[in-house]
Amino acid sequence: MSVLTLTIDEHPVSAKPDETLLDIAHQNDIDIPTLCHLDGLIDVGACRLCLVEIEGSPKLMPACTTRPQEGMVVRTNTDRLKKYRKMIIELLASEGNHQCAVCVVNNHCELQNLAYAVGLVYVRFPYLYPKKTLDATQESYIIDRDRCVLCTRCVRVCSEVEGAHVWDVAGRGISCEIVADMNQMWGDSDACTSCGKCVMVCPTGALIKKGANVAEMEKETDFLKYIVTARQKQEWVGEYLKEH
Amino acid sequence: MQKVDSKPRVATVWLGGCSGCHMSFLDMDERLLELADRIRLVYSPLADVKEFPRDVDVTFVEGAVSNEENEHMAHIVRRNSRYVVSLGDCAVTGNVTALRNKHSNVEIIHRSYVELADKTPSLPIQFNTVAQLLPQARPLHEYVNVDAFLHGCPPTADQIWFAVNELLEGRVPVFSTIYLRYG
Repeated sequence: MSVLTLTIDEHPVSAKPDETLLDIAHQNDIDIPTLCHLDGLIDVGACRLCLVEIEGSPKLMPACTTRPQEGMVVRTNTDRLKKYRKMIIELLASEGNHQCAVCVVNNHCELQNLAYAVGLVYVRFPYLYPKKTLDATQESYIIDRDRCVLCTRCVRVCSEVEGAHVWDVAGRGISCEIVADMNQMWGDSDACTSCGKCVMVCPTGALIKKGANVAEMEKETDFLKYIVTARQKQEWVGEYLKEH
Repeated sequence: MQKVDSKPRVATVWLGGCSGCHMSFLDMDERLLELADRIRLVYSPLADVKEFPRDVDVTFVEGAVSNEENEHMAHIVRRNSRYVVSLGDCAVTGNVTALRNKHSNVEIIHRSYVELADKTPSLPIQFNTVAQLLPQARPLHEYVNVDAFLHGCPPTADQIWFAVNELLEGRVPVFSTIYLRYG
C-alpha cells in the first residue's frame, strides 16, 4: 500500500490512504477532542468536535471521516476551531437537561470532561430545558433522554457489534431522539438481548444501569476493541470454517 | 446605609437553591475568622439584615432565578454591587432547581402543597403569601450580567476561598481546571 505524507499542526507525518485524519493525529500524539467517535465503531462525523482546518478548503472537515491526501496541510487547534468546539459543547449543554449533581455518571462523564477541556465557564445560549422522556421498562437498564447528546454510539454498537439493531434515531431538530425498535418501550423490545453494550459505550448518563446511585457509575469502553479485533482476526472461528 | 469603615463590603444572597452553597461558605471554617477581619458582611441569609444595601463590593448569589421575588432581587443585587458572582451550579446552569422546568407551575404547586401535605393540604397562592413561581427556573446570567462563576453542587470551601481572595485583591477570579467542575 502506498504511503502518503502530509502535515498536521506543522508536523510532517506519514499515513496510509485508508486511515482517517483522526487515526493519523492519534498515532502522532496530536490530541483532537471527540465525542461520537469510539474505537471499534464506524465513524459518522455526527458531533463535529473533531473538525479540522485543511489548507485550501474554506470548509471545516471532521477528522474522523476525512481521508488523507498527499501534501495535505491540516490544522487541529486554531482559534477558530477552539471557538466552534466550545460553541458545540454550549449547544449540547443548552439543548439537554444535564444536571451533573444528580447524574449517576457525575465525574465519569465524557461531556463533562469536554466542558472542562474547552473551558466552559457558563453557557451563553438560553437553556431550552426540553421535555424529554425516561424509559425504565427494561429489566436491567434505563434510558434517560434528558442526558442524551445524540452521538448514536448506542445505535451503532447495537447494530454493528451486537447485531440486534434495537436503537434508532427518530424525529428532527429538537424533537430528535433515540428510540427502541419502532418507537416502543425498551422493555417491549423483542430484539434487545440485554447485553448492555449500549450502556457501556454511552458517553453520558443517558444509558445507565439500574440501581446505580449519583456519581457511582463508570463506563468501560475497552471491551469493544477486543471484540472487534477478535472478530476481524476470526479468533472465535474454528480452523475448519476459516479454511472453507 | 452609612459606611462605617473602609473594609470591602460583601453580601451573599439566597435565591432558588437548597442553601448548600451557603453551607459550603460556612465550611471555610477557621478561615471565616480571618475573613471577618478583612470584610464587612453587609447582607446575607446568615445575618439579619432586611434590605439589600447600596454600594456592595462583591455579592455571591446562590440559586437559580425561580420566582418573582428572585428576579426582583437579582436586579437589586446587580444595581447595588460592583461584582456579582454566581455561587454554585443552580445559579450557573439552573441545575436541580431547573428539574421542575418540564412540569407546569400548577402541577408543581399541587404536588408540593396538596399531594405531599401531611395535615392541612391547601394551595399557598390563595393567601398571596408566597412569591409567584416564574414559568421556569433559569440561571442568574440570563437575567443580569454576572462577573464570575463558581461551579459545583456545592462549590467547595476552597473554591469560595480562592474567589473571595481574588476579588478582595481586585481581580475577577479565573478558574483554572482545578476549580472548573460541574456537579
